[in-house]
Amino acid sequence: MRHTLAVLVENNPGVLARVAGLFSRRGYNIDSLAVGRTDNPAISRMTIVVEGDDRVLEQVTKQLHKLIDVIKISDITADEYVDRELVLIKVNAGPEKRGEIMQIADIFRARIVDLGRRTMILECTGNEGKIRAFEESLKPYGIKELVRTGKIAMLRGSRYTSINTNGSREDE
Amino acid sequence: MKKSGAQILVDCLREQGVDTIFGYPGGAVLPIYDALYDADIRHILTRHEQGAAHAADGYARASGRPGVCLATSGPGATNLVTGIANAYMDSVPLVAFTGQVVTSQLGKDSFQEADITGITLPITKHNYLVKDVRDLARVIKEAFYIATTGRPGPVLVDIPKDVSSTQTEYEDPGPVNLPGYRPVLEPSAEQLNRAAEAIARAERPVIYAGGGVVYSGAHRELRRFAELILAPVATTLMGLGGFPGDHPLALGMLGMHGSKYANFAVCECDLLIAVGVRFDDRVTGKLESFASQARIMHIDIDPAEIGKNVRVDIPLVGDVKRVLSALIERLEAKLPGAWQEKIQTWKKEYPITYEENGHLKPQHVIREIYRVTKGQARITTEVGQHQMWAAHYYTYTRPRTFISSGGLGTMGFGLPAAIGVQVACPGEIVFDIAGDGSIQMNIQELATAVNYDLPVKVAILDNGYLGMVRQWQELFYNRRYSYSELVNPDFVKLAEAYGAVGMRVEKPADVRPALEQALATSKPVLMDFVIEREENVLPFVPPGESLDRMLG
Repeated sequence: MRHTLAVLVENNPGVLARVAGLFSRRGYNIDSLAVGRTDNPAISRMTIVVEGDDRVLEQVTKQLHKLIDVIKISDITADEYVDRELVLIKVNAGPEKRGEIMQIADIFRARIVDLGRRTMILECTGNEGKIRAFEESLKPYGIKELVRTGKIAMLRGSRYTSINTNGSREDE
Repeated sequence: MKKSGAQILVDCLREQGVDTIFGYPGGAVLPIYDALYDADIRHILTRHEQGAAHAADGYARASGRPGVCLATSGPGATNLVTGIANAYMDSVPLVAFTGQVVTSQLGKDSFQEADITGITLPITKHNYLVKDVRDLARVIKEAFYIATTGRPGPVLVDIPKDVSSTQTEYEDPGPVNLPGYRPVLEPSAEQLNRAAEAIARAERPVIYAGGGVVYSGAHRELRRFAELILAPVATTLMGLGGFPGDHPLALGMLGMHGSKYANFAVCECDLLIAVGVRFDDRVTGKLESFASQARIMHIDIDPAEIGKNVRVDIPLVGDVKRVLSALIERLEAKLPGAWQEKIQTWKKEYPITYEENGHLKPQHVIREIYRVTKGQARITTEVGQHQMWAAHYYTYTRPRTFISSGGLGTMGFGLPAAIGVQVACPGEIVFDIAGDGSIQMNIQELATAVNYDLPVKVAILDNGYLGMVRQWQELFYNRRYSYSELVNPDFVKLAEAYGAVGMRVEKPADVRPALEQALATSKPVLMDFVIEREENVLPFVPPGESLDRMLG
């Protein structure tokens, strides 16, 4: 099963290497990892998607906790959450195909962010399924280049994952 | 007041109560060495940085205080790596300082540059590269805090040369603030109640105690706990001395080279109480059949150890000493019954023993060391057959008296560790029990022992082989002794060349007089015991087998 972990870490140099190194040397498989700083510049948030059964997940979480720079880990897999990936796709787009591609972009609510003589770059955000479907629909035109971010995720509603709470409802 | 980074380092070391550091100078640490020249901190110059790390490790294990080592950048730092990995595997509080090239030269493959924080990432509890002298005092404080609290472990601090030489206005960093690091020391009441209930119900309990007992200082609590519930106590290699080896409830070591009675007890128990251990594969053997009739209770300060290797039915996260004290309060004394009787029968039936045949036996040498030192010595070992014999044939009754490389199995650990132990315990007898292969991995540290008048005694059990390798080749590779036979130097002359006393013993009758003579001298002594060549360590559970399938 794939799990989505929200991990708060201190924004120190080398933290990513520590986290990634822990996964590789203990034989855990990272499906996706996205990292960026939070509204607090001293703290970064990683969204890690990892494959494994409950035992693997327990170990991953415990081993991550041992890293001094890791402040908090929340497994939000079982909760309601919003998740997004961003993809940029450069696709063959001669003048005769542009209309079709723009229709596809419209369906996926993607944006055209660059137009060349024979290519277009499209930007699309969404969950993994949507991104996959978008990619599939552009394949017939010939994808020249594709780049995806990892997944980022956030709990729905008034629940949140921050330092002092455990995914629980914020008190008034 | 303005201070250089090096001066800040020295001041911080003093503030941390550091009285001794083990190190080796070089270009990138010259500012630090210059500051040390006037400092009232003892510096022991080893002959190799690996020796410095192991000596600091031995110092820490014997004293319970953090060991400190210092090396220069590049090769100096990489030479520490084995010592740091060794400390990491055995959870030893060690703080390693390394010099680094100046910050402007970082990342340019400069002369004697190595990315030591990158290299040691998987073998340190935490590490730092200090790029600004203003961070130095805080980092040092954090390093000692991290190394010594929770589950202990090594921390490395890499200091570029310009950071140690730059002057700055010194400011006290204030209390340590690490939001992500909060070791759990107190067990939860709920867990304790569940544990107490399981213990009360158990008919055949066995305690399996490890290094955590020693590090936590919980040896008295463990003894009270075992006596209260009348549970026999098997210890890991790291746990030797954590429970008195001469106690009626003592089972000695369990696992691959454990006693038969310890392994039988684990196989038949209905409750296994694991205390400060990590279920190493050398202990468990085949996992599926390990304590297969038992519920498993695991007491450990590191939550990540719970369920890492074996299923745990009753977890108890916390400091071993606190957990045991709290458990004792919740328990009632048990009365002896069939289980205790069975254990005693096994102990009588399957004693750890060896065959005397007139030749010089390694077991005899160790028994004699025990007798001559009246069991009061601090023993270090290298790694191999001699290590297992030292575990079996010397009886450890006090914690921190058996100091050995458990997790990493580092040949070359014993002699530098003995130096560290002797520095920590100046008035005591320190013996390194060594093999002829292992001793040659760091034999240059004899010069350190001579240099600082550290009267360590080295007993080489010399069979002209890499003994444990040969034993495995005999048992599993059809006696094809591929590159395990050694052509050795004359150890006596070598000892003398270093300025130590050298002795050779070839007959059983000469062992005792030689040992007495060695103890009577205040110099380092190296004894070459020429033992029977093809003696094996028994009992022995073949790798991957279950614990009740022992050879010997």
